[in-house]
Amino acid sequence: MDARIGVVTFPGSLDDADAARAIRIAGATPVALWHGDANLHDVDAVVLPGGFSYGDYLRCGAIAKFAPVMSLIIEKAQVGLPVLGICNGFQILCESHLLPGALTRNDHQHFICRDQKLRIESTETLWTTDFAPGQEIIIPLKNGEGGFVASEAILDELFAENRVIATYLDGNPNGSYRDIAGISNKAGNVVGLMPHPEHAVEELTGPTTDGIPFFTSVLKSLVGAS
Amino acid sequence: MTDTVDTAKESPDTEQPWAELGLKQDEYESIKEILGRRPTSSELAMYSVMWSEHCSYKSSKVHLRQFGDKAPKTDVLLVGIGENAGVVDIGDGWAVTFKVESHNHPSYVEPYQGAATGVGGIVRDIISMGARPIAIMDSLRFGPADAPDTKRVLPGVVAGIGGYGNCLGLPNIGGELVFDESYAGNPLVNALCIGSMKHEDIHLASAKGVGNLVVLYGARTGGDGIGGVSVLASETFDADGPAKRPSVQVGDPFMEKLLIEATLEVLHAGLVEGIQDLGGAGISCATSELASNGEGGMHVYLDRVLLRDASLSPEEILMSESQERMCAVVTPEKIDAFMVLCKKWDVEAVVIGAVTDSGRLVIEWHGETIVDVPPRSVAHDGPVYNRPFHRPSWQDALQADEPTGERIPRPSTPEALKQTLIDLISSPNLVSKSWVTSQYDRYVMGNTILAQPEDAGMIRVDEESGLGVAISTDCNSRFAKLDPYAGAQLALAESYRNISVAGAKPLAVTNCLNFGSPEDPEVMWQFAQATTGLADACLELGIPVTGGNVSFYNQTGDTAIHPTPVVGVLGVIDDVDRRTPIAWEDDGELIYILGDTADEFAGSEWAHLQGHLGGLPPKVNLPMERLLSEIMVAASRDGMISAAHDVSDGGVGVAITEMALRANIGARFWIPDNIDPFVFLFSESTARAIAVIARTEELRFTEMCAARGMSATRFGVVDSGLGADSGYPGEQVIVIDSQFTFTIAALRTANEATLPALFGG
Repeated sequence: MDARIGVVTFPGSLDDADAARAIRIAGATPVALWHGDANLHDVDAVVLPGGFSYGDYLRCGAIAKFAPVMSLIIEKAQVGLPVLGICNGFQILCESHLLPGALTRNDHQHFICRDQKLRIESTETLWTTDFAPGQEIIIPLKNGEGGFVASEAILDELFAENRVIATYLDGNPNGSYRDIAGISNKAGNVVGLMPHPEHAVEELTGPTTDGIPFFTSVLKSLVGAS
Repeated sequence: MTDTVDTAKESPDTEQPWAELGLKQDEYESIKEILGRRPTSSELAMYSVMWSEHCSYKSSKVHLRQFGDKAPKTDVLLVGIGENAGVVDIGDGWAVTFKVESHNHPSYVEPYQGAATGVGGIVRDIISMGARPIAIMDSLRFGPADAPDTKRVLPGVVAGIGGYGNCLGLPNIGGELVFDESYAGNPLVNALCIGSMKHEDIHLASAKGVGNLVVLYGARTGGDGIGGVSVLASETFDADGPAKRPSVQVGDPFMEKLLIEATLEVLHAGLVEGIQDLGGAGISCATSELASNGEGGMHVYLDRVLLRDASLSPEEILMSESQERMCAVVTPEKIDAFMVLCKKWDVEAVVIGAVTDSGRLVIEWHGETIVDVPPRSVAHDGPVYNRPFHRPSWQDALQADEPTGERIPRPSTPEALKQTLIDLISSPNLVSKSWVTSQYDRYVMGNTILAQPEDAGMIRVDEESGLGVAISTDCNSRFAKLDPYAGAQLALAESYRNISVAGAKPLAVTNCLNFGSPEDPEVMWQFAQATTGLADACLELGIPVTGGNVSFYNQTGDTAIHPTPVVGVLGVIDDVDRRTPIAWEDDGELIYILGDTADEFAGSEWAHLQGHLGGLPPKVNLPMERLLSEIMVAASRDGMISAAHDVSDGGVGVAITEMALRANIGARFWIPDNIDPFVFLFSESTARAIAVIARTEELRFTEMCAARGMSATRFGVVDSGLGADSGYPGEQVIVIDSQFTFTIAALRTANEATLPALFGG
């Protein structure tokens, strides 16, 4: 089966071409989705890429959730469409209430770009099955507002339900509560991740190729389901 | 009341504020001569900004001509000096355009916005050539790192470059960070952008085709930066002078991102006849340059310009430097399609006029003519000054003051040499720049092959073939102070070497010439010497200057900055997979020094640390630079070389430290025979590089060097197992035989702690 994975371009999206490249390298077909689209062009999964959608005006991701294409994605995500939100995409998923919590300004107040070590905490989501439990990976991190915050109750619930998919190792880069780098919804089809797996898919341009399994994981689930 | 052309004719004796607008008496007189009457206030505004030093290059023009007159024969230049940016052929139908520009004065006044809009301006220069921007770099110079004003300016500048560039989605792949007392009251912020395109997508700034429409699109026009271009860029910061520091422009990177996408889409759709970005001098500049380059005439309805502030006068609209605006010339048949694409990207656009063949730029304001001028007189035929210059009275004494062993005590014991290395790698000019570069996105677009702290930034242009480009900017302004002719050549040589060491073949040159006041004959001498030196060296190395930027009046009171001719070299690499990084990788790799080391410390980092500046800078050896470049490119292409690093600031000692820090693998070195250890480790002789060679390639490599007359001396070997024997079990260690031993961890601490300690974690 030819798996079609959509990548949404909002005004101000920046890592959309990178996400499309990562999808291609993983063996699926990237499909460009425009923020104003009124249909999802038969995609089997969606990536919300990094960037500054709508200039990050108001709050990061706050305006993007009202885009026409997002209402379709929100609807389908609630019934199982695999969705990966990276960085600004993670922020959009939180603003859309597909994921709990919020992303706030880094505690040190600076934008930070570095190669970040992570531990994969859950391999039970559609986007992480190709990792080994507890696997340590290094992928780029780059954000100004990447501090994940949520109430103590929600944080407890996320860990209890194995919905924290990755945590920061060797130093928390942005003040995220409990070192959380990424989480999933209860069903495990929607994942938000602050670091950038799409920038770690080629030896030449990334610090590693540790980002590829995020994309091959979802591809396997799609091929397996067909 | 609006000052119209008719009023101007009727009131020839009206007093006009030409002096306040920065015009000289004779310049005002020549405007009157051109027009045959007094200018209207709008015309006066236009001439004053367009004839400012910043826009007209009136003091530098006569010297800059050398870059054309002495240009080497080359077939790589598709578009040369004079356009928004030069365009270079890199093969396979691809072209690259690149340029560096200063935003020094605005960044001093308002660091965040000054630096941010510097990035925005250079990016628009690149898109107006039809290219997609693919990377940025910045070259920054501040006063001493611990000076209070550096703490005010530097964090804002870095945040501004990051805030704007990150939001545009352009990888920031390197640059420079230099601290020197000379910049304490006048920091330098030079921003570089590089863009790529297919040959057929090259566009030029000209208004062709009578009847074609002139469209202004992008952000609305507001009151920001009015007069900034002439006033901010052309007057010095005089403590007692008038407060001529109007608002620095404010940037909106989101609008710029939309402007990039909309512009590239209208260009690729073939909807545009000519295009021009709006930078300094705003609409005055865009309309007069487009008209001057095209059919020669244009009729503009200024009241159609969309405003952020409805109370702006026509003079202010003409001079406004509001950011994120572009001007396009579009045929009437294609205007609807153009508007549709602007709408798609939520970019406002309005037709403000049309191309004519009248030979006049006529601007109307609510039915009255407020400007009627020959566009060429505004845009291209401004005043040209042959300013007087002479060798400074102090130059000879400065050059005579060599940092000899008698003049400044040199370290000689192993302990003292070890301390010298620690002092150097923890000094602000040589420390890890990651406090700065970690605030920039270097990954976006997924084509970054090399970024700081590598010798050059490298970007993949074509994903299929692996075709890529490398770029580096360099300047040691202490060398330029000691000898501006040689200093400019040394800046070029270092940049050229950085490109070559990374495995790319140098192709073309851009520059940003930062100097003091051109009205000071000693500064003008420095400028004349530097431009001549650069032009001569470009000719000898066979790489043309494609364009550049001049920034004068960088001084505090009567004291000018060190002459700072920042040189950027662009290189091409056929397959980025062949790039040469600075980090060695495997045990047993052999470490060579190429080139000869002499006792050359004048202007060096070591002398700077001793508080000394005097003597003659290191000898320029362009034939040897060229040979070194050819060898490094061949070694990369033929897979002979594992790693390499340019030897410059801080000498061999600092170069091997940087390689070890990047690799995190130890190595053993020895001082070659017949050379003093201090000189070998810290001299800054040019035309040298460190090459790391696998044992299997050693014979092939050394035979190539011998055959071509390049001296190559083995002085080290990669060895990850030195810790135990040298008293640091389990650690990666650098050993210099009979001298000293360091753990890489200790070197890292010394190298990485300085900037966070100064500017916060």
